[in-house]
Amino acid sequence: MARRVFVTGIGIISSIGSNVEKTLASVFTGRSGIGKAEFLPTLLRDILPVAEIKLSNDALADQAGVSPKQYTRTALLGMLAAKQATEDAQITSAELSQRTLLLSATSVGGMDKSENFYREFIADNRKGRLSQIVHHDCGDSTEAIADYIGVKQGMGTISTACSSSANSIMLGTRLIRNGLTDKVIAGGTDALTRFTLNGFNSLMILDKNPCRPFDETRNGLNLGEAAAFIVLEPEKAITANKKFYCEVTGYDNACDAFHQTASSPEGLGALLAMKKALSVAGLQPSEIQYINVHGTGTQNNDLSEGIAIQTLFGENVPLLSSTKSFTGHTLGATGAVEAILSILSIKQGIVYPNLNFSEKMKELNFYPNTQLLTGKNIVNVLSNSFGFGGNNTTLIFSRR
Amino acid sequence: MILALFFQKCDMEAFINGIGIISSQNIPNTDLFPKEIINDSLGILKLITPDYKDYIDLMARRRMGRIIKAGVTAAKMCLNDAGLSQPDAIITGTGLGCIEDTEKFLASILQNNERLLNPVHFMQSTYNTLSSQIAIVLNCNNYNNTFVHRSFSFESAIQDALMLIAEKETQTALVGSIDEITQNHYLINRRLNKWKTESLYSLDLFNKNSPGTVPGEGAIYFLLSDVPATTTYSILAGVKMFYKPQSPTETENKILQFLKECDTDIHDIDMIITGINGDNRFDGIYTHLLEGVFLGKPHAGFKHLCGEYFTATSFAVWLASVILKNQEAPSVCVINHSPTAPLRNILIWNHNKNINHSVLLIKKYQ
Repeated sequence: MARRVFVTGIGIISSIGSNVEKTLASVFTGRSGIGKAEFLPTLLRDILPVAEIKLSNDALADQAGVSPKQYTRTALLGMLAAKQATEDAQITSAELSQRTLLLSATSVGGMDKSENFYREFIADNRKGRLSQIVHHDCGDSTEAIADYIGVKQGMGTISTACSSSANSIMLGTRLIRNGLTDKVIAGGTDALTRFTLNGFNSLMILDKNPCRPFDETRNGLNLGEAAAFIVLEPEKAITANKKFYCEVTGYDNACDAFHQTASSPEGLGALLAMKKALSVAGLQPSEIQYINVHGTGTQNNDLSEGIAIQTLFGENVPLLSSTKSFTGHTLGATGAVEAILSILSIKQGIVYPNLNFSEKMKELNFYPNTQLLTGKNIVNVLSNSFGFGGNNTTLIFSRR
Repeated sequence: MILALFFQKCDMEAFINGIGIISSQNIPNTDLFPKEIINDSLGILKLITPDYKDYIDLMARRRMGRIIKAGVTAAKMCLNDAGLSQPDAIITGTGLGCIEDTEKFLASILQNNERLLNPVHFMQSTYNTLSSQIAIVLNCNNYNNTFVHRSFSFESAIQDALMLIAEKETQTALVGSIDEITQNHYLINRRLNKWKTESLYSLDLFNKNSPGTVPGEGAIYFLLSDVPATTTYSILAGVKMFYKPQSPTETENKILQFLKECDTDIHDIDMIITGINGDNRFDGIYTHLLEGVFLGKPHAGFKHLCGEYFTATSFAVWLASVILKNQEAPSVCVINHSPTAPLRNILIWNHNKNINHSVLLIKKYQ
């Protein structure tokens, strides 16, 4: 019998705050994290805004109480967010070392150090500091996080581009539902890198201004960096004194199978993922009060996602917004970042504004919410995360 | 699951009903161990590739990177082998993804000072490229995932598939692994002392008492199903991963616990295939248990055939399946003594630097 799965802890660091409290403070004051890069050493600094965490690697390592030398920025961000989540859930070190798994996700792993290595290596393959390349692979940051928070028994890393950490949360939920483990710390981490900034720039989908998701005049996304983790536990762990946020009631992973870096015009993968997630949750579309859309701000994503939402919800599209107008697009971390914002929407009764919106898309019968709404009765939130290669995942969180 | 280490449940198993393999051995018939073995002296075991035009159209072939072509083809070979057009899930494990494209894009950023870059290599560099390219080629909208954790990558993909089948979400899952070696990757790891420095033929890999191993690569897919078919090779009866064991005793306990979770007694294990790779800094843990708890068990190796890479265990799953199907272990793989038929259960045990350990149990079908 499938077990119910609850969220008992959350941890986040992004350009709008280095913990949950600061994140909410930014939301309440309408402060976006999108601006000029100060730490990312890119020649595109003056052209392309990014949602950067305004802390150096030294400062991040200092917060974590470790030496910065042996960790990538991706790992440092993940360590800080995962630690917050385990402390929030009050998991003991004994529990962490026993039936607890860490499921992380990242799109480029330790690329932030690899690009430093390659600069010298390409000129002369005997050069380049090896300590900067040994962290290249995606498993590196996950093992750094596990060792830091004390997870000993098991871990895994998912990389499905921009839906990576939504998939780690979905997998963690399934593991607990199936009784395969007692606790999962699930989420993801990605640092800004020249590799991704230039990659998205070469695809000509970066906006030179702060992004305008779901706006008729939208012109691309802004990259960001973040790490976010949530703690998942089964119903039996929810005793009278145990704090919890909500239940993970729905999830699905479907593939658009259309193009390596573009979504289908009709949003087929998105529609399949949302429909199946609702069915897993046993909910009707009308029971969703808020959608945290993927909403990157590109022409292609917002149209494809918008058509899928319109197809599924018809004339009754619920309140929705893209919080990427605050956090930028944090790639492998974005699914977990938006999961946490969805969880806080339920807990706080708030609906986030979609910043920078002015003009409804002509193809759609709806437009995003533009004001911070408080005191709302939010029971079920649907969160979309769609990645390159058509890796589409939808999560549903429900108040209990 | 994924990771998961310990939580293998014995009701999680699947039939291997198809295999597509592109490796550094020429394997024209996945049912049989090849008669001719590549015994390379170049220090890198590179892919032997089929004629891709039988599998991928011209436009796509021109666009795809080397490992993408190999992976898509292996996936198609696997589905052809199983007589299936669309799986219910596509799951790939890869330690390093499409590193050739990654390196090319990285180089272009540096060489062109972040200006006017061609996006093709970036588009193909993402770790999920194989799973999504396969989905696009098959027009498959079903479950699609990619695991990227060193020597847990392929095992994590297998665990996800076994759980999907146990959940009855999925009847057929296309599960596989891809990893490639590039010149840069080879050079970097040579500086990290990962490869043997003396010249040797790959079949002599286990005979040198020296540090280092031989790099390899592979693109291998399996069709896992909830029901057997006329094409069934074997039963994938379980997988487990464990991390940084503190002692050989802990390693032994984890493996014995895994067998228990699979309802299999150690006496029923007819052969052990290990990831022995000739590196005398790390092979000791294999020897320790083979001369201890596994004393007397027939022992086979496979990395002298496919080389060392993060997802090499998929080659061992093919090898175990072929051994069980033919009831015979090829002598080139046997390290101590050949097993005697009937062969029912093969344990695969691999580790990466004694950090990421995995075990898989492969059972004979009928």
